[in-house]
Amino acid sequence: MQVVEPKTGLAVAVKATVKRDLTLLLRRRGEVLNPLVFFALVITLFPLGISPDTDLLAEIAPGLLWVAALLATQLSLDVLFRGDFDDGSLEQLLLAPQPLPALVLSKVLVHWLLTGLPLAVMAPLLGVMLALPAGSYAVLAVSLALGSASLSLIGAIGAALTVGLARGGVLLSLLVLPLYIPVLIFGAGAVQVAVLGGNAAPHLALLGALLALALMLAPWAIAAALRISING
Amino acid sequence: MWAFIHKLGSPKWFYAISTRLLPWFWAAAAVLLMVGAAWGLAFAPSDYQQGNSFRIIYVHVPAAILAQSCFVALAVAGGIFLVWKIRLADMAATVIAPFGAAMTFLALFSGAVWGVPTWGTWWVWDARLTSMLIQLFLYLGIIALRGAFASRDSGAKAASVLALVGVVNIPIIKYSVEWWNTLHQPATFTLTERPAMPVEMWLPLLVMVLGFYCFFIALTLTRTRSEILRRESAKRWVRELVEGRTGGDTDGL
Amino acid sequence: MAFDSLHALVAMGGHAPYVWSAWGVTAALLVASAVHARAERRQLIRELQRRNRRERNLSERELHEP
Repeated sequence: MQVVEPKTGLAVAVKATVKRDLTLLLRRRGEVLNPLVFFALVITLFPLGISPDTDLLAEIAPGLLWVAALLATQLSLDVLFRGDFDDGSLEQLLLAPQPLPALVLSKVLVHWLLTGLPLAVMAPLLGVMLALPAGSYAVLAVSLALGSASLSLIGAIGAALTVGLARGGVLLSLLVLPLYIPVLIFGAGAVQVAVLGGNAAPHLALLGALLALALMLAPWAIAAALRISING
Repeated sequence: MWAFIHKLGSPKWFYAISTRLLPWFWAAAAVLLMVGAAWGLAFAPSDYQQGNSFRIIYVHVPAAILAQSCFVALAVAGGIFLVWKIRLADMAATVIAPFGAAMTFLALFSGAVWGVPTWGTWWVWDARLTSMLIQLFLYLGIIALRGAFASRDSGAKAASVLALVGVVNIPIIKYSVEWWNTLHQPATFTLTERPAMPVEMWLPLLVMVLGFYCFFIALTLTRTRSEILRRESAKRWVRELVEGRTGGDTDGL
Repeated sequence: MAFDSLHALVAMGGHAPYVWSAWGVTAALLVASAVHARAERRQLIRELQRRNRRERNLSERELHEP
């Protein structure tokens, strides 16, 4: 009798995880759209709370856009592992023969594709509303795209640590937000430099360096955290 | 070597050794802190720029140093616990975290108080104060995460992972905050940054730092011993010790 | 001695509120943590002694009235 073994290579598993997560998330469009709506809403609040004065708004726009985008990514973290934890597929992931860090990395990739990347694309639009000076829009989008990838990786550590807790929401922000600060500093800094007409490349390079570091270390931390949350 | 480490990791052996060491650390802490306080408050010369408000340095800097050392200690204990499953390391981590948070608070408080005569305001987004504030949030996160788990073992492991993640991040946070600070406020001078401090000024500071370290070690040993008794209360040697039958100390610190 | 008199030491050259509050809070925090550690230990030992006694009484009673 011949048994057809399913393919078990790492690439196969990563591809399957990415495809599955993309399909699942695209079916629940609300969860993908909510962070974007939240982002736009928070940006709407600032002129109402501060002043509609375009000069003032233009000055604080880089920081506002970055902080709002950061909070939007943070809010989307709770669902990163929650669904898989509830239906037990997270346990399957842990039992898979492929290395767990690679598999969680593909989950984080999907999270970034459907949260960080849309936020980066949407940010220039909101920049127009905040009278962000011309010439800084490309830097804003690139810095958010690079930075939000680090945010997804760092945030996934927090999400993995709190996924087993019934009410982990506020705790998750307490754990994750302090770790976001370097990304915020370099990201908002890049946009500010671009607004002043300087060269934003050094800032973007630093954001890239943070991303490289996060890519190197975070998957292991996420994997360890998931094992603790599932197995105790 | 490995035998020694595992012996050190045995709560009973640790308890016996620390019984002998503890009085020395408490005594050293008391002497150093009292000498340092008298020296720093009364005998060290006042600063030509800041006058006597400079004497706050003798509590601010040791607290800030301890706040950072405690975080490193927390991460090391967490790593030992995760890799070798030595429970003693986790008992130490349990008691180090609140002390580290207290030291971070102390550094923040003394920095804010010092800010009034120096900058004319309680709070300035100075690099050291800002990274201390972030560090306080990290400590609070670790303490909260440990408390959020129903099972002590899961909470201990989660807190250990977070401590390791935090210790990787602290230097990055520190440098990014410093860099951000020089970008936005080039004019303000940092509280403790000064060209070569004279010997009669930094010697009392050294005494205070050593005193804080001795206090930290003594307090951590004492509280770890309590933690051992609490967690190992079903063990025979703990029962005998509690009843005072082994001739061990039951009420001395 | 950097000060001429005890009064000058207390006055701290006009910086008394800042210097003494920073030092005071530090001293209070260190003393409080030491006192807390000692109290925690005493209470714990008393509690464990009580538990041991209770268990011993329980096992003795079981011997007498099976």
